[in-house]
Amino acid sequence: MPEIRTETMTVNMGPQHPSTHGVLRLVIELDGETILSASPTIGYLHTGIEKTAEQKKWQQVIPLVERMDYLSAQSNSMAFCMSVEKLLGVDGAVPERVKNIRILLAELQRINSHLVWLGTHGMEVGAVSVMLYCFREREILLNINEMIAGFRLFPSYMRVGGLREDLPRGFHDAVRAFLDRMPGKLDEYEDLLTKNEIYLKRTQGVGVVSKEDAVAWSLVGPIARAAGVDYDVRKVFPYNGYETYDFDVPTQTTGDVYGRYQVRVAEMRESMKICRQALDRITPLGEYAIADPKITPPPKDRVYTEMEALIQHFLIYSQGFTVPAGEAYVPVEGPRGEQGFYIVSDGTNRPWRIKSRAPSLLACQALEKLIVGGLIADVIAVIGSIDVVMGDVDR
Amino acid sequence: MDAAALVALLQQAVPDAAVEPSPSVDLQTTIYVPRDHVVALARVLRDAPELKFSFLAELTAADYWPREPRFEVVYVLVSIEHRLRLRMKVRLDGSDPHVATVSGIWPAANWLEREVWDLFGIAFDGHPDPRRLLMPEDWEGSPLRKDSPVQIRRPPHVAEPLQVTAEEFHQNVQRDRLSRRE
Repeated sequence: MPEIRTETMTVNMGPQHPSTHGVLRLVIELDGETILSASPTIGYLHTGIEKTAEQKKWQQVIPLVERMDYLSAQSNSMAFCMSVEKLLGVDGAVPERVKNIRILLAELQRINSHLVWLGTHGMEVGAVSVMLYCFREREILLNINEMIAGFRLFPSYMRVGGLREDLPRGFHDAVRAFLDRMPGKLDEYEDLLTKNEIYLKRTQGVGVVSKEDAVAWSLVGPIARAAGVDYDVRKVFPYNGYETYDFDVPTQTTGDVYGRYQVRVAEMRESMKICRQALDRITPLGEYAIADPKITPPPKDRVYTEMEALIQHFLIYSQGFTVPAGEAYVPVEGPRGEQGFYIVSDGTNRPWRIKSRAPSLLACQALEKLIVGGLIADVIAVIGSIDVVMGDVDR
Repeated sequence: MDAAALVALLQQAVPDAAVEPSPSVDLQTTIYVPRDHVVALARVLRDAPELKFSFLAELTAADYWPREPRFEVVYVLVSIEHRLRLRMKVRLDGSDPHVATVSGIWPAANWLEREVWDLFGIAFDGHPDPRRLLMPEDWEGSPLRKDSPVQIRRPPHVAEPLQVTAEEFHQNVQRDRLSRRE
């Protein structure tokens, strides 16, 4: 009988692969279908945004940070604006209405991001109709973005010191229509997945991470909460008035792909609860920025009629504003967990250093731990479940 | 726990290290620690029952060129149990910037330290996998240093041959794997 030659097989997955959510390369060593080792290679989307930001004026950085994590634009710009406001010392002067609008937009963004996640993840494990359903509801959220700012993905609506302009007419109706529609649709998604035998088989007990490992590997957001780590920045270190809102932080203890799915779906329901409360507090018209002419430009009608307003407008858009020397880091809870911007100023109108705390980078680092020992077919389910955005990994 | 209590506690645990509190605008306790005691202090911060900074939220650096000491490595720590945040900073000279790795204490520091090595050229002594993370492997220089130019034109670099055989691919993978273990 001839001797059977056994050896491990090395498979190169990516960088161009339809289900790696961007350009992620994995070199996987296989023994049969079992994964022995995996080494992720990143950096294919590195565009040097942090270096570019050092050449820009403070307000010009906002479009850049929105493009880092392209599924949570509003959370990114909120984190950045809050850090700059902290350094300027005006964070106490931000009107309540602005804070509530920011919370509303950040929560809508969270639903938006989770919908993209649910759709793509469902498609990757074989439930294509979920993708079509999720993108149908996401379209409504993109329309709301278009309504407030004219842009669908990167609104740049949050500015240092407040918002770019007041809410448009019909905003409340549009958001309320979405909030009325969404719970039924969420039930529809859950009908398709939550008790679906195929989905359960693909996700339960797959990609398990323990509570201790989740903390040691700095995993945050839904991944950590699915493993039982009760850490949500909104509850533990409240910011922007979140302490006045009534909501729960859903957690699971399984730490597997299915647990992450349950946490994210429950989070969407909690986000809608916050949105309803925020919408009731926001008046259709009112203050939309702090009244500091050195930081926020005057309204357009005053620019056209008053000399001083014209000068202020010109100064802000040509020279920007200066930020006192120092450093600040204000964490917020984005769709993927704690994110924030460590900013350093040298007292001029341009940032000295900007560092984005990227939850996706750390999730990508832990990917190896999640897939080793599992099956090759589960890699796709695990990559989907950690919800990495490669723009945030590489920046 | 306020800054003074924390500094006193650290000072008591590691008597040699001169821990220096620093003011901050965002109400995060900020301390400067000497380079040689980073690992000892990190272990105290993680394990002391009244601290429990088990979560490394961020590890990054900033370049204050042309000032000396030029670099600052920043560790943002969170204690989920006690609801504390801490910013620990280390000053490093520009001539030979290096600091001991904390990846033995917080495993998550692995890629974060690689990123700092990649973009700032700050070496982490004892790092298990000291390779570039984001930039191409054959890149020269440290792009986020302040004396590094913003826009440079380089002739396109093409690695030859563009196709590798299965055998060569396997060899490359083995080589990478060995270099990671070292």
